[in-house]
Amino acid sequence: MSADGATIETHATGTTKLFMWVWVWLLVLTGVEVLLAYLKLDPQLMLILLVGLSLIKSALIVAYFMHMRFEKLGLFLTIVPALVFCLCMILIFVFPDSLRIVRMHP
Amino acid sequence: MSDTELDFSAESSWSGGVSPYATNSKKLGMWLFLLSDSLTFSTAILAYAYVRLSSPNWPRPFEISPAVLNATVMTLVLLSSSLTMVMAVHAGHKGKRKSAVWWIIATMTGGVLFDVLHLSEWFRLIFNEKVTPWSNPWGDPLFGGTFFGLTGLHMLHVTIGVIYLGIIAWGFGRGKFNADHVEVSGLYWHFVDLVWMFIFPMIYLMSVNLKS
Repeated sequence: MSADGATIETHATGTTKLFMWVWVWLLVLTGVEVLLAYLKLDPQLMLILLVGLSLIKSALIVAYFMHMRFEKLGLFLTIVPALVFCLCMILIFVFPDSLRIVRMHP
Repeated sequence: MSDTELDFSAESSWSGGVSPYATNSKKLGMWLFLLSDSLTFSTAILAYAYVRLSSPNWPRPFEISPAVLNATVMTLVLLSSSLTMVMAVHAGHKGKRKSAVWWIIATMTGGVLFDVLHLSEWFRLIFNEKVTPWSNPWGDPLFGGTFFGLTGLHMLHVTIGVIYLGIIAWGFGRGKFNADHVEVSGLYWHFVDLVWMFIFPMIYLMSVNLKS
């Protein structure tokens, strides 16, 4: 986070090598996900692992490809907590009901 | 607490006359749009999760080959097109206009290839497997609705992205747009990639046929 908050001009940081590595990691994590599907794990464990891996992948994309790591902290604090809050609000109302229906299954 | 005890640097960023995010308004606008668009996709994915959890016979029709392999290749294409978009933004900021335009064209090619692979998958499901948004041969009819709804919404984003990038490439090549326009279009493209990182596992990998 630079101190020169007054300058409008911001430039992309990061090297080609760094972006290549991020790309390689995204491919590796995708490979792991496909391997999990190939192993045909228990659906509940599978869901937890897949959501975890997807969150790591989206964090890599946002941080490096979308340059969030090189922006001011204020931008991150404006966007991400709002998204997490909205998602929590949706989950609070939707999931208890849906899980109740699962338990009603024979 | 008196005013003098406040953090002076924070006060100077937010008291007006400066850009608190140290960025241009286009980029902030795109981030706010992506915030709202990610909620659109989140609610669509949660709706899918909801109907799936509440259904006693939700189908798991996809085999590793061809469905999952096809979707894996699509993921590879989209991830690679994100890398070429990063290169375009990089070249744009360095002032290499021609190079940036070619990288954007490479990104658009990735987007078109993704659409072609995706549509061939759709046509295989529609014409060979007789899947429609309201019926399918395997189980709960809502499967088709959620599948075509989610992947269709994403495909629409990819298609709009290709058109958007085409306009940016044309304008940047002719000097009508600057490097910031390229960077902002890059944000949109990476977001489309990011959404696929959730749709691919939730739609395809969670629907791999466990019985075969």
